[in-house]
Amino acid sequence: MSRQASRGTESKKMSSELFTLTYGALVTQLCKDYENDEDVNKQLDKMGYNIGVRLIEDFLARSSVGRCHDFRETADVIAKVAFKMYLGITPSITNWSPAGDEFSLILENNPLVDFVELPDNHSSLIYSNLLCGVLRGALEMVQMAVDVKFVQDTLKGDGVTEIRMKFVRRIEDNLPAGEE
Amino acid sequence: MTRPEMADEALFLLLHNEMVSGLYRAAEQGEGENGRCITKLENMGFRVGQGLIERFTKDTARFKDELDIMKFICKDFWTTVFKKQIDNLRTNHQGIYVLQDNKFRLLTQMSAGKQYLEYAPKYLAFTCGLIRGGLSNLGIKSIVTAEVSAMPACKFQVMIQKI
Repeated sequence: MSRQASRGTESKKMSSELFTLTYGALVTQLCKDYENDEDVNKQLDKMGYNIGVRLIEDFLARSSVGRCHDFRETADVIAKVAFKMYLGITPSITNWSPAGDEFSLILENNPLVDFVELPDNHSSLIYSNLLCGVLRGALEMVQMAVDVKFVQDTLKGDGVTEIRMKFVRRIEDNLPAGEE
Repeated sequence: MTRPEMADEALFLLLHNEMVSGLYRAAEQGEGENGRCITKLENMGFRVGQGLIERFTKDTARFKDELDIMKFICKDFWTTVFKKQIDNLRTNHQGIYVLQDNKFRLLTQMSAGKQYLEYAPKYLAFTCGLIRGGLSNLGIKSIVTAEVSAMPACKFQVMIQKI
């Protein structure tokens, strides 16, 4: 009977662990499948992209967030709504470029690396690279081409994890002729 | 607060789908053998199952017997991972258990017709591993297979290996 008691509260934490563990198993498998870390990074980015282009629909439906007027607003929505919703964290936004087209997301604790240590022979592995792909894919679906990369990573001994996002251009819709 | 709780589930479902299609995509491009995909997915599930059950049972009372463990898998474990319980558990009392889920979460996004039936196995391999990994950390060695006859219902058969 005592087993029944404590479960309800644990359940929320468990489902985020399910994601973290599944992601870990995926990275481990990719490290076995590919010979060098660069290929694993590329594969993670690609998979992230495919997730991002689908996730954006779920996000828009769930969050009822409207159109963003500038990149600053986009940054806010990503950090305060999207990260909160899917990973349960709120990264801080810093290091804006003077032109306002580049910023950093600072993750104090990255749930993807909860149980992770990088072995010495994988020093160029970007463990959480999936996130870059997700952000790139999701923003592409709302007509924004962005560059996303990790510049700091707690797994590599940095104090925080930092994702750098750079606005590249607006993607214009090319509607087929005769359609509005 | 119920909505955000559903949200990380969406992320898991998308990740799982992408794991399946990513592996198969790589296999088609000759970066691995096709037949190995199911095994790889099963192995990934196994690792996750081991990790989950370890965290999940750390404060719980000792299980009474094998059936008690299976009930735990069907109720608590399944609810955590798939947000519902197994609908039916049957056993021959000789080490074979059949877990039936009438609306299996990883199949509900697919069309329910016969059209995609042949693609179902690759979406079940991870979960077979998940069950096997969970049981393995509770000291039960098993073989887990799955079958689908009408989507999105599916049956997992657990064969306990006596040591």
